[in-house]
Amino acid sequence: MGIIFAIFKKEFRSYFVSPVAYVMITIFLIVSNWLFFNTYFLDKEASMRLFIARMPWIFLFFIPAITMRIWAEEKKLGTIELLMTLPIKDYEAVIGKFISSFAFLVLCLILTFSVPATVAYTGNPDWGPVIGGYLGALLMGTAYLSLGLFISSITENQIIAFIIAIMISFVFLIIGDNFVLYSVPYFLVPLFEYLGFGSHFMSISRGVIDSRDLIYYFSFIFFFIFLNIRSVESRKW
Amino acid sequence: MIEVKNLTKRYGMTVAAKDVSFTVNNGEVLGFLGPNGAGKTTTMKILTCFMPPTAGSAVVEGFDILENSLEVRKRIGYLPESTPLYTDMMVEDYLAFIAEVRQIPKSQRNERIKKMVSVCNLQSVLKKDIGELSKGFKQRVGLAQAMIHDPKILILDEPTSGLDPNQIIEIRELIKELGKEKTIILSTHILPEVSATCDRVIIINEGKLIASGTPEELQDSAQGDSILYTTIHASKSDIEKVFAEVDFVKEHIFIDQHDKANRYKIVVKKSEKNPGESIFKLALDKGWTLSEIHKESMSLEDIFLKLTREK
Repeated sequence: MGIIFAIFKKEFRSYFVSPVAYVMITIFLIVSNWLFFNTYFLDKEASMRLFIARMPWIFLFFIPAITMRIWAEEKKLGTIELLMTLPIKDYEAVIGKFISSFAFLVLCLILTFSVPATVAYTGNPDWGPVIGGYLGALLMGTAYLSLGLFISSITENQIIAFIIAIMISFVFLIIGDNFVLYSVPYFLVPLFEYLGFGSHFMSISRGVIDSRDLIYYFSFIFFFIFLNIRSVESRKW
Repeated sequence: MIEVKNLTKRYGMTVAAKDVSFTVNNGEVLGFLGPNGAGKTTTMKILTCFMPPTAGSAVVEGFDILENSLEVRKRIGYLPESTPLYTDMMVEDYLAFIAEVRQIPKSQRNERIKKMVSVCNLQSVLKKDIGELSKGFKQRVGLAQAMIHDPKILILDEPTSGLDPNQIIEIRELIKELGKEKTIILSTHILPEVSATCDRVIIINEGKLIASGTPEELQDSAQGDSILYTTIHASKSDIEKVFAEVDFVKEHIFIDQHDKANRYKIVVKKSEKNPGESIFKLALDKGWTLSEIHKESMSLEDIFLKLTREK
Protein backbone atom coordinates (compact mmCIF):
# COMPACT_ATOMS: atom_id res chain seq x y z
CA MET A 1 0.00 0.00 0.00
CA GLY A 2 2.79 2.40 0.93
CA ILE A 3 4.47 1.80 -2.40
CA ILE A 4 1.32 2.43 -4.42
CA PHE A 5 0.84 5.64 -2.49
CA ALA A 6 4.43 6.72 -3.13
CA ILE A 7 4.02 6.13 -6.86
CA PHE A 8 0.67 7.88 -6.85
CA LYS A 9 2.14 10.95 -5.15
CA LYS A 10 5.08 11.14 -7.53
CA GLU A 11 2.91 10.71 -10.61
CA PHE A 12 0.27 13.15 -9.48
CA ARG A 13 2.85 15.76 -8.69
CA SER A 14 4.49 15.26 -12.06
CA TYR A 15 1.32 16.53 -13.77
CA PHE A 16 1.89 19.92 -12.24
CA VAL A 17 5.61 20.43 -12.65
CA SER A 18 5.16 21.28 -16.30
CA PRO A 19 2.74 23.84 -17.71
CA VAL A 20 1.19 21.14 -19.92
CA ALA A 21 -1.28 20.05 -17.25
CA TYR A 22 -2.45 23.61 -16.65
CA VAL A 23 -2.90 24.14 -20.36
CA MET A 24 -4.87 20.91 -20.65
CA ILE A 25 -7.13 21.78 -17.72
CA THR A 26 -7.73 25.24 -19.12
CA ILE A 27 -8.62 23.93 -22.56
CA PHE A 28 -10.88 21.31 -21.04
CA LEU A 29 -12.75 23.89 -18.96
CA ILE A 30 -13.05 26.40 -21.80
CA VAL A 31 -14.30 23.85 -24.30
CA SER A 32 -16.74 22.13 -21.95
CA ASN A 33 -18.10 25.42 -20.60
CA TRP A 34 -18.31 27.03 -24.00
CA LEU A 35 -20.13 24.14 -25.62
CA PHE A 36 -22.62 24.24 -22.79
CA PHE A 37 -23.16 27.93 -22.19
CA ASN A 38 -23.41 29.02 -25.81
CA THR A 39 -26.87 27.47 -25.98
CA TYR A 40 -27.80 27.29 -22.31
CA PHE A 41 -29.31 30.73 -22.00
CA LEU A 42 -31.24 30.26 -25.25
CA ASP A 43 -32.67 26.88 -24.29
CA LYS A 44 -34.11 28.21 -21.06
CA GLU A 45 -33.85 24.78 -19.49
CA ALA A 46 -32.27 24.44 -16.04
CA SER A 47 -30.57 21.14 -16.66
CA MET A 48 -27.05 19.89 -17.24
CA ARG A 49 -28.16 17.34 -19.80
CA LEU A 50 -26.29 18.90 -22.70
CA PHE A 51 -23.16 19.43 -20.64
CA ILE A 52 -23.04 15.77 -19.69
CA ALA A 53 -24.00 14.58 -23.17
CA ARG A 54 -20.92 16.27 -24.64
CA MET A 55 -18.52 14.80 -22.11
CA PRO A 56 -17.84 11.57 -24.06
CA TRP A 57 -16.74 13.62 -27.07
CA ILE A 58 -14.59 15.96 -25.06
CA PHE A 59 -13.06 13.03 -23.16
CA LEU A 60 -12.30 11.32 -26.45
CA PHE A 61 -9.49 13.85 -27.00
CA PHE A 62 -8.85 15.01 -23.47
CA ILE A 63 -8.22 11.66 -21.75
CA PRO A 64 -5.74 10.26 -24.29
CA ALA A 65 -3.84 13.54 -23.85
CA ILE A 66 -3.62 12.81 -20.11
CA THR A 67 -2.58 9.20 -20.47
CA MET A 68 -0.30 9.26 -23.51
CA ARG A 69 2.94 10.06 -21.71
CA ILE A 70 2.49 8.00 -18.57
CA TRP A 71 4.16 4.77 -19.74
CA ALA A 72 5.49 5.86 -23.12
CA GLU A 73 7.76 8.41 -21.48
CA GLU A 74 9.15 5.89 -19.00
CA LYS A 75 10.08 3.69 -21.92
CA LYS A 76 11.55 6.52 -23.95
CA LEU A 77 13.68 7.88 -21.09
CA GLY A 78 14.64 4.38 -19.97
CA THR A 79 13.36 5.11 -16.46
CA ILE A 80 11.18 2.02 -16.76
CA GLU A 81 14.36 0.07 -16.05
CA LEU A 82 14.86 2.05 -12.90
CA LEU A 83 11.26 1.69 -11.82
CA MET A 84 11.00 -2.03 -12.45
CA THR A 85 14.27 -2.85 -10.71
CA LEU A 86 13.01 -1.22 -7.53
CA PRO A 87 11.52 -3.75 -5.14
CA ILE A 88 7.97 -3.17 -6.30
CA LYS A 89 5.47 -5.47 -7.90
CA ASP A 90 4.36 -4.72 -11.44
CA TYR A 91 0.77 -4.22 -10.40
CA GLU A 92 1.76 -1.67 -7.77
CA ALA A 93 3.31 0.52 -10.44
CA VAL A 94 0.30 0.11 -12.73
CA ILE A 95 -2.22 0.89 -10.01
CA GLY A 96 -0.22 3.82 -8.63
CA LYS A 97 -0.18 5.40 -12.05
CA PHE A 98 -3.82 4.59 -12.65
CA ILE A 99 -4.91 6.21 -9.39
CA SER A 100 -2.91 9.33 -10.12
CA SER A 101 -4.56 9.81 -13.51
CA PHE A 102 -7.91 9.07 -11.91
CA ALA A 103 -7.24 11.77 -9.33
CA PHE A 104 -6.37 14.17 -12.12
CA LEU A 105 -9.68 13.38 -13.84
CA VAL A 106 -11.59 13.92 -10.60
CA LEU A 107 -9.86 17.26 -10.19
CA CYS A 108 -10.88 18.31 -13.70
CA LEU A 109 -14.48 17.34 -13.07
CA ILE A 110 -14.51 19.22 -9.77
CA LEU A 111 -13.28 22.31 -11.59
CA THR A 112 -16.42 22.30 -13.74
CA PHE A 113 -18.47 23.23 -10.65
CA SER A 114 -19.25 26.56 -12.28
CA VAL A 115 -21.72 24.71 -14.50
CA PRO A 116 -23.96 23.19 -11.80
CA ALA A 117 -23.57 26.41 -9.81
CA THR A 118 -24.88 28.46 -12.73
CA VAL A 119 -27.66 25.99 -13.35
CA ALA A 120 -28.72 26.14 -9.69
CA TYR A 121 -28.52 29.91 -9.71
CA THR A 122 -30.60 30.41 -12.83
CA GLY A 123 -33.20 27.74 -12.24
CA ASN A 124 -34.30 24.85 -10.19
CA PRO A 125 -32.63 21.76 -11.60
CA ASP A 126 -33.44 18.17 -10.84
CA TRP A 127 -30.35 17.05 -8.92
CA GLY A 128 -30.75 13.34 -9.74
CA PRO A 129 -29.57 13.65 -13.34
CA VAL A 130 -26.83 16.11 -12.31
CA ILE A 131 -25.32 13.65 -9.84
CA GLY A 132 -25.94 10.75 -12.21
CA GLY A 133 -24.39 12.76 -15.01
CA TYR A 134 -21.22 13.37 -13.04
CA LEU A 135 -21.07 9.74 -12.00
CA GLY A 136 -21.55 8.66 -15.61
CA ALA A 137 -18.87 11.07 -16.78
CA LEU A 138 -16.51 9.83 -14.10
CA LEU A 139 -17.08 6.18 -14.99
CA MET A 140 -16.75 6.79 -18.68
CA GLY A 141 -13.67 8.96 -18.16
CA THR A 142 -12.11 6.25 -16.02
CA ALA A 143 -12.84 3.67 -18.70
CA TYR A 144 -11.08 5.89 -21.24
CA LEU A 145 -8.21 6.29 -18.77
CA SER A 146 -7.67 2.58 -18.32
CA LEU A 147 -7.69 2.12 -22.09
CA GLY A 148 -5.34 5.07 -22.64
CA LEU A 149 -2.90 3.84 -19.99
CA PHE A 150 -2.77 0.42 -21.59
CA ILE A 151 -2.12 1.92 -25.03
CA SER A 152 0.61 4.12 -23.56
CA SER A 153 2.29 1.02 -22.14
CA ILE A 154 2.66 -0.67 -25.52
CA THR A 155 4.57 2.09 -27.27
CA GLU A 156 7.36 4.48 -26.45
CA ASN A 157 6.01 7.18 -28.71
CA GLN A 158 3.54 9.53 -27.02
CA ILE A 159 1.95 10.70 -30.25
CA ILE A 160 1.26 7.14 -31.34
CA ALA A 161 -0.20 6.42 -27.90
CA PHE A 162 -2.41 9.48 -28.25
CA ILE A 163 -3.72 8.60 -31.70
CA ILE A 164 -4.28 4.90 -31.07
CA ALA A 165 -6.07 5.66 -27.79
CA ILE A 166 -8.38 8.08 -29.61
CA MET A 167 -9.06 5.55 -32.36
CA ILE A 168 -9.95 2.70 -30.02
CA SER A 169 -11.96 4.92 -27.69
CA PHE A 170 -13.82 6.20 -30.73
CA VAL A 171 -14.71 2.65 -31.73
CA PHE A 172 -16.16 1.97 -28.27
CA LEU A 173 -17.97 5.27 -28.40
CA ILE A 174 -19.78 4.66 -31.68
CA ILE A 175 -20.39 0.91 -31.89
CA GLY A 176 -23.47 1.23 -29.71
CA ASP A 177 -24.89 4.02 -31.89
CA ASN A 178 -27.94 3.36 -34.00
CA PHE A 179 -26.37 3.97 -37.39
CA VAL A 180 -23.71 1.34 -36.61
CA LEU A 181 -26.28 -1.08 -35.25
CA TYR A 182 -28.32 -0.82 -38.48
CA SER A 183 -25.38 -1.86 -40.57
CA VAL A 184 -24.15 -4.89 -38.63
CA PRO A 185 -25.59 -8.42 -38.93
CA TYR A 186 -28.64 -8.84 -36.76
CA PHE A 187 -27.13 -11.32 -34.30
CA LEU A 188 -24.31 -8.89 -33.47
CA VAL A 189 -26.62 -6.05 -32.50
CA PRO A 190 -27.02 -6.94 -28.80
CA LEU A 191 -23.27 -7.48 -28.46
CA PHE A 192 -22.40 -4.16 -30.09
CA GLU A 193 -25.02 -2.38 -28.09
CA TYR A 194 -23.65 -3.84 -24.89
CA LEU A 195 -20.01 -3.09 -25.76
CA GLY A 196 -20.63 0.51 -26.79
CA PHE A 197 -20.26 3.24 -24.18
CA GLY A 198 -23.41 5.02 -25.31
CA SER A 199 -26.28 3.09 -23.79
CA HIS A 200 -24.58 2.65 -20.41
CA PHE A 201 -23.63 6.28 -20.26
CA MET A 202 -27.08 7.52 -21.17
CA SER A 203 -28.88 5.48 -18.55
CA ILE A 204 -26.52 6.49 -15.74
CA SER A 205 -26.63 10.13 -16.75
CA ARG A 206 -30.42 10.08 -16.64
CA GLY A 207 -29.94 9.29 -12.97
CA VAL A 208 -30.77 5.62 -13.32
CA ILE A 209 -28.01 3.69 -11.63
CA ASP A 210 -28.34 0.14 -12.82
CA SER A 211 -25.92 -2.55 -11.64
CA ARG A 212 -25.56 -3.81 -15.23
CA ASP A 213 -24.08 -0.47 -16.30
CA LEU A 214 -21.79 -0.36 -13.29
CA ILE A 215 -20.66 -3.91 -13.99
CA TYR A 216 -19.99 -2.96 -17.59
CA TYR A 217 -17.75 -0.05 -16.61
CA PHE A 218 -15.98 -1.89 -13.83
CA SER A 219 -15.24 -4.87 -16.03
CA PHE A 220 -14.03 -2.57 -18.80
CA ILE A 221 -11.71 -0.75 -16.39
CA PHE A 222 -10.42 -3.94 -14.76
CA PHE A 223 -9.88 -5.58 -18.11
CA PHE A 224 -7.64 -2.78 -19.36
CA ILE A 225 -5.79 -2.48 -16.05
CA PHE A 226 -5.17 -6.20 -16.34
CA LEU A 227 -3.87 -5.78 -19.89
CA ASN A 228 -1.71 -2.91 -18.66
CA ILE A 229 -0.14 -5.13 -16.00
CA ARG A 230 0.42 -7.84 -18.59
CA SER A 231 2.07 -5.42 -20.99
CA VAL A 232 4.40 -4.13 -18.26
CA GLU A 233 5.25 -7.76 -17.55
CA SER A 234 5.86 -8.35 -21.23
CA ARG A 235 9.50 -7.35 -20.88
CA LYS A 236 9.85 -10.73 -19.20
CA TRP A 237 8.41 -12.73 -22.07
CA MET B 1 27.60 -12.96 -2.88
CA ILE B 2 26.35 -13.45 -6.40
CA GLU B 3 26.35 -16.76 -8.17
CA VAL B 4 25.54 -16.85 -11.84
CA LYS B 5 25.01 -20.26 -13.38
CA ASN B 6 24.85 -20.97 -17.10
CA LEU B 7 22.96 -17.82 -17.88
CA THR B 8 21.63 -17.62 -21.42
CA LYS B 9 19.56 -14.87 -22.96
CA ARG B 10 18.14 -14.86 -26.45
CA TYR B 11 16.30 -12.03 -28.15
CA GLY B 12 14.55 -13.81 -30.95
CA MET B 13 17.37 -15.15 -33.07
CA THR B 14 20.22 -13.21 -31.50
CA VAL B 15 21.99 -14.61 -28.48
CA ALA B 16 22.94 -11.83 -26.09
CA ALA B 17 24.46 -14.03 -23.41
CA LYS B 18 25.48 -17.62 -23.78
CA ASP B 19 26.13 -19.94 -20.88
CA VAL B 20 27.68 -17.27 -18.67
CA SER B 21 28.76 -18.46 -15.21
CA PHE B 22 30.67 -16.61 -12.55
CA THR B 23 30.72 -15.88 -8.84
CA VAL B 24 31.25 -12.60 -7.07
CA ASN B 25 32.31 -12.84 -3.43
CA ASN B 26 31.33 -10.44 -0.71
CA GLY B 27 33.34 -7.27 -0.70
CA GLU B 28 34.72 -7.83 -4.15
CA VAL B 29 34.77 -5.31 -6.97
CA LEU B 30 34.21 -7.17 -10.20
CA GLY B 31 34.97 -5.54 -13.52
CA PHE B 32 32.81 -6.58 -16.40
CA LEU B 33 34.68 -6.06 -19.57
CA GLY B 34 33.76 -6.49 -23.17
CA PRO B 35 33.23 -4.67 -26.44
CA ASN B 36 29.92 -2.91 -27.01
CA GLY B 37 27.14 -5.39 -27.53
CA ALA B 38 29.03 -8.22 -25.83
CA GLY B 39 26.27 -8.95 -23.34
CA LYS B 40 27.36 -6.93 -20.31
CA THR B 41 24.20 -4.89 -20.06
CA THR B 42 22.03 -7.93 -20.71
CA THR B 43 23.66 -9.83 -17.86
CA MET B 44 23.16 -6.86 -15.56
CA LYS B 45 19.52 -6.48 -16.54
CA ILE B 46 19.00 -10.12 -15.66
CA LEU B 47 20.78 -9.82 -12.31
CA THR B 48 18.68 -6.80 -11.36
CA CYS B 49 15.51 -8.73 -12.24
CA PHE B 50 14.52 -6.36 -15.02
CA MET B 51 14.11 -9.33 -17.29
CA PRO B 52 14.49 -13.05 -16.84
CA PRO B 53 17.10 -15.22 -18.54
CA THR B 54 16.08 -17.61 -21.29
CA ALA B 55 17.93 -20.35 -19.42
CA GLY B 56 20.12 -20.68 -16.38
CA SER B 57 19.80 -19.01 -13.03
CA ALA B 58 21.42 -16.60 -10.65
CA VAL B 59 21.39 -16.40 -6.89
CA VAL B 60 21.97 -13.08 -5.16
CA GLU B 61 22.65 -13.13 -1.40
CA GLY B 62 20.95 -16.50 -1.24
CA PHE B 63 17.84 -15.45 -3.17
CA ASP B 64 16.99 -16.74 -6.61
CA ILE B 65 16.39 -13.96 -9.14
CA LEU B 66 13.26 -15.64 -10.47
CA GLU B 67 11.66 -17.05 -7.35
CA ASN B 68 12.52 -14.25 -4.96
CA SER B 69 12.88 -11.31 -7.24
CA LEU B 70 11.64 -8.75 -4.70
CA GLU B 71 14.18 -9.86 -2.08
CA VAL B 72 16.93 -9.68 -4.68
CA ARG B 73 15.90 -6.20 -5.77
CA LYS B 74 15.85 -5.01 -2.15
CA ARG B 75 19.51 -5.94 -1.80
CA ILE B 76 20.73 -4.42 -5.04
CA GLY B 77 21.43 -0.85 -5.97
CA TYR B 78 21.44 -0.40 -9.72
CA LEU B 79 22.70 2.30 -11.99
CA PRO B 80 21.46 1.45 -15.49
CA GLU B 81 23.38 2.29 -18.62
CA SER B 82 23.17 5.97 -19.66
CA THR B 83 21.64 6.82 -16.26
CA PRO B 84 17.91 7.20 -16.90
CA LEU B 85 16.32 9.61 -14.41
CA TYR B 86 13.02 11.43 -14.08
CA THR B 87 14.15 14.64 -15.68
CA ASP B 88 11.16 16.68 -14.50
CA MET B 89 11.79 16.01 -10.81
CA MET B 90 13.97 17.97 -8.42
CA VAL B 91 16.97 16.06 -7.10
CA GLU B 92 15.61 16.33 -3.57
CA ASP B 93 12.16 15.02 -4.51
CA TYR B 94 13.63 12.27 -6.59
CA LEU B 95 15.77 10.93 -3.76
CA ALA B 96 12.81 11.20 -1.42
CA PHE B 97 10.68 9.23 -3.86
CA ILE B 98 13.25 6.46 -4.17
CA ALA B 99 13.68 6.36 -0.39
CA GLU B 100 9.92 5.99 0.02
CA VAL B 101 9.53 3.28 -2.60
CA ARG B 102 12.53 1.51 -1.13
CA GLN B 103 10.57 1.57 2.11
CA ILE B 104 13.28 3.07 4.22
CA PRO B 105 11.59 3.74 7.57
CA LYS B 106 10.31 7.30 7.79
CA SER B 107 12.54 8.16 10.71
CA GLN B 108 15.68 7.28 8.77
CA ARG B 109 14.73 8.70 5.39
CA ASN B 110 16.01 12.23 5.86
CA GLU B 111 19.19 10.99 7.39
CA ARG B 112 19.82 8.61 4.47
CA ILE B 113 19.11 11.33 1.93
CA LYS B 114 21.49 13.70 3.74
CA LYS B 115 24.14 11.01 3.79
CA MET B 116 23.80 10.38 0.04
CA VAL B 117 23.87 14.10 -0.67
CA SER B 118 27.15 14.46 1.16
CA VAL B 119 28.70 11.27 -0.22
CA CYS B 120 27.81 12.21 -3.79
CA ASN B 121 28.35 15.96 -3.37
CA LEU B 122 24.88 17.04 -4.39
CA GLN B 123 24.34 19.97 -1.99
CA SER B 124 24.50 22.59 -4.72
CA VAL B 125 21.86 20.97 -6.96
CA LEU B 126 19.26 19.74 -4.46
CA LYS B 127 16.61 22.18 -5.65
CA LYS B 128 17.32 21.80 -9.33
CA ASP B 129 15.42 19.77 -11.89
CA ILE B 130 17.36 16.69 -12.86
CA GLY B 131 16.89 17.58 -16.52
CA GLU B 132 19.00 20.73 -16.04
CA LEU B 133 21.98 18.96 -14.53
CA SER B 134 25.29 18.27 -16.21
CA LYS B 135 26.19 14.71 -17.09
CA GLY B 136 28.48 14.42 -14.08
CA PHE B 137 25.79 15.51 -11.65
CA LYS B 138 23.25 13.19 -13.25
CA GLN B 139 25.66 10.35 -12.80
CA ARG B 140 26.06 11.23 -9.16
CA VAL B 141 22.31 11.47 -8.68
CA GLY B 142 22.11 8.00 -10.24
CA LEU B 143 24.70 6.72 -7.79
CA ALA B 144 22.93 8.36 -4.85
CA GLN B 145 19.74 6.68 -5.95
CA ALA B 146 21.48 3.32 -6.19
CA MET B 147 22.99 3.58 -2.71
CA ILE B 148 20.23 5.23 -0.76
CA HIS B 149 19.05 2.03 0.89
CA ASP B 150 22.60 1.00 1.73
CA PRO B 151 22.50 -2.13 -0.41
CA LYS B 152 25.01 -4.91 -0.05
CA ILE B 153 25.39 -5.12 -3.79
CA LEU B 154 25.89 -2.38 -6.32
CA ILE B 155 25.51 -3.02 -10.03
CA LEU B 156 26.84 -0.14 -12.08
CA ASP B 157 26.54 -0.16 -15.84
CA GLU B 158 29.23 2.06 -17.29
CA PRO B 159 29.30 4.49 -14.37
CA THR B 160 31.93 6.75 -15.90
CA SER B 161 30.80 6.95 -19.51
CA GLY B 162 30.46 10.48 -20.77
CA LEU B 163 32.25 12.09 -17.85
CA ASP B 164 35.25 14.38 -18.03
CA PRO B 165 38.59 13.15 -16.64
CA ASN B 166 38.15 14.88 -13.28
CA GLN B 167 34.72 13.42 -12.79
CA ILE B 168 35.95 10.00 -13.84
CA ILE B 169 38.60 10.12 -11.14
CA GLU B 170 36.03 11.25 -8.58
CA ILE B 171 33.64 8.43 -9.43
CA ARG B 172 36.46 5.89 -9.39
CA GLU B 173 37.58 7.07 -5.99
CA LEU B 174 34.01 6.77 -4.79
CA ILE B 175 33.70 3.25 -6.15
CA LYS B 176 36.98 2.23 -4.56
CA GLU B 177 35.83 3.63 -1.25
CA LEU B 178 32.51 1.82 -1.50
CA GLY B 179 34.19 -1.38 -2.61
CA LYS B 180 35.69 -1.76 0.85
CA GLU B 181 32.37 -2.84 2.29
CA LYS B 182 30.13 -3.60 -0.67
CA THR B 183 30.04 -6.11 -3.45
CA ILE B 184 30.21 -4.24 -6.72
CA ILE B 185 29.80 -5.30 -10.31
CA LEU B 186 30.94 -2.64 -12.69
CA SER B 187 30.80 -2.76 -16.43
CA THR B 188 33.00 -0.72 -18.64
CA HIS B 189 34.93 -0.75 -21.83
CA ILE B 190 37.50 1.68 -20.53
CA LEU B 191 40.37 -0.55 -19.55
CA PRO B 192 42.44 1.62 -17.23
CA GLU B 193 39.31 1.86 -15.11
CA VAL B 194 39.49 -1.83 -14.43
CA SER B 195 43.05 -1.79 -13.18
CA ALA B 196 42.19 1.31 -11.16
CA THR B 197 39.16 -0.06 -9.37
CA CYS B 198 38.60 -3.78 -9.72
CA ASP B 199 39.75 -6.76 -7.70
CA ARG B 200 38.75 -9.16 -10.39
CA VAL B 201 37.89 -9.01 -14.06
CA ILE B 202 35.58 -10.93 -16.33
CA ILE B 203 35.85 -10.48 -20.05
CA ILE B 204 32.91 -11.39 -22.20
CA ASN B 205 32.63 -11.27 -25.94
CA GLU B 206 29.70 -12.14 -28.17
CA GLY B 207 27.77 -13.28 -25.12
CA LYS B 208 30.42 -15.73 -23.97
CA LEU B 209 32.67 -15.51 -20.97
CA ILE B 210 36.20 -15.71 -22.32
CA ALA B 211 38.41 -14.86 -19.37
CA SER B 212 38.23 -14.35 -15.65
CA GLY B 213 40.73 -13.52 -12.93
CA THR B 214 42.57 -10.67 -11.24
CA PRO B 215 44.11 -8.15 -13.61
CA GLU B 216 47.54 -9.64 -12.80
CA GLU B 217 46.38 -13.18 -13.47
CA LEU B 218 44.97 -12.13 -16.78
CA GLN B 219 48.23 -10.47 -17.67
CA ASP B 220 50.16 -13.60 -16.79
CA SER B 221 47.89 -15.97 -18.62
CA ALA B 222 47.74 -13.88 -21.74
CA GLN B 223 51.45 -13.26 -21.74
CA GLY B 224 53.36 -15.17 -24.37
CA ASP B 225 57.11 -14.77 -24.61
CA SER B 226 58.47 -11.98 -22.43
CA ILE B 227 60.11 -9.02 -23.98
CA LEU B 228 62.95 -7.26 -22.21
CA TYR B 229 64.97 -4.20 -23.00
CA THR B 230 68.48 -4.15 -21.71
CA THR B 231 71.60 -2.07 -22.12
CA ILE B 232 74.87 -3.89 -21.69
CA HIS B 233 78.38 -2.50 -21.45
CA ALA B 234 80.34 -5.06 -23.46
CA SER B 235 81.42 -5.54 -26.99
CA LYS B 236 78.72 -6.26 -29.48
CA SER B 237 80.28 -9.43 -30.81
CA ASP B 238 80.65 -10.88 -27.30
CA ILE B 239 77.07 -10.19 -26.43
CA GLU B 240 75.66 -11.63 -29.58
CA LYS B 241 77.74 -14.72 -29.25
CA VAL B 242 76.51 -15.38 -25.72
CA PHE B 243 72.87 -14.70 -26.58
CA ALA B 244 73.07 -17.07 -29.52
CA GLU B 245 74.32 -19.80 -27.19
CA VAL B 246 71.92 -19.38 -24.25
CA ASP B 247 68.79 -21.39 -24.86
CA PHE B 248 66.19 -19.27 -23.00
CA VAL B 249 66.82 -16.37 -25.35
CA LYS B 250 64.67 -16.87 -28.39
CA GLU B 251 65.72 -13.80 -30.24
CA HIS B 252 67.94 -10.78 -29.72
CA ILE B 253 67.55 -7.60 -31.66
CA PHE B 254 70.16 -4.90 -31.57
CA ILE B 255 68.66 -1.45 -31.11
CA ASP B 256 71.45 1.09 -30.80
CA GLN B 257 74.86 1.85 -29.34
CA HIS B 258 75.93 4.69 -27.04
CA ASP B 259 79.58 5.01 -26.08
CA LYS B 260 80.33 1.40 -25.32
CA ALA B 261 76.85 0.39 -24.25
CA ASN B 262 74.70 -1.69 -26.55
CA ARG B 263 70.94 -1.71 -26.24
CA TYR B 264 69.07 -4.88 -27.09
CA LYS B 265 65.54 -6.08 -27.30
CA ILE B 266 65.46 -9.64 -26.07
CA VAL B 267 62.63 -12.09 -26.50
CA VAL B 268 62.73 -14.64 -23.72
CA LYS B 269 60.93 -17.96 -24.07
CA LYS B 270 57.62 -18.38 -22.31
CA SER B 271 58.96 -21.28 -20.25
CA GLU B 272 61.43 -19.01 -18.44
CA LYS B 273 59.75 -18.00 -15.15
CA ASN B 274 61.89 -15.00 -14.22
CA PRO B 275 63.34 -13.58 -17.41
CA GLY B 276 64.78 -10.48 -15.73
CA GLU B 277 66.61 -12.53 -13.16
CA SER B 278 68.01 -14.86 -15.82
CA ILE B 279 69.37 -12.02 -17.85
CA PHE B 280 70.91 -10.46 -14.76
CA LYS B 281 72.56 -13.72 -13.74
CA LEU B 282 73.87 -14.17 -17.25
CA ALA B 283 75.43 -10.70 -17.16
CA LEU B 284 76.93 -11.37 -13.75
CA ASP B 285 78.38 -14.60 -15.01
CA LYS B 286 80.03 -12.93 -17.97
CA GLY B 287 81.18 -9.93 -15.97
CA TRP B 288 79.09 -7.45 -17.98
CA THR B 289 77.77 -4.22 -16.61
CA LEU B 290 74.06 -3.76 -16.99
CA SER B 291 72.82 -0.20 -17.02
CA GLU B 292 69.23 -0.91 -17.95
CA ILE B 293 66.89 -3.82 -17.76
CA HIS B 294 63.18 -3.50 -18.11
CA LYS B 295 60.39 -5.85 -18.92
CA GLU B 296 57.66 -4.88 -21.32
CA SER B 297 54.50 -6.08 -19.66
CA MET B 298 51.35 -6.70 -21.58
CA SER B 299 48.78 -4.04 -20.85
CA LEU B 300 45.16 -4.88 -20.23
CA GLU B 301 44.46 -3.31 -23.60
CA ASP B 302 46.66 -5.86 -25.31
CA ILE B 303 45.02 -8.73 -23.45
CA PHE B 304 41.59 -7.42 -24.23
CA LEU B 305 42.36 -7.00 -27.91
CA LYS B 306 44.01 -10.38 -28.06
CA LEU B 307 41.09 -12.15 -26.40
CA THR B 308 38.23 -10.38 -28.13
CA ARG B 309 39.72 -10.69 -31.59
CA GLU B 310 40.60 -14.34 -31.29
CA LYS B 311 38.11 -16.58 -33.01
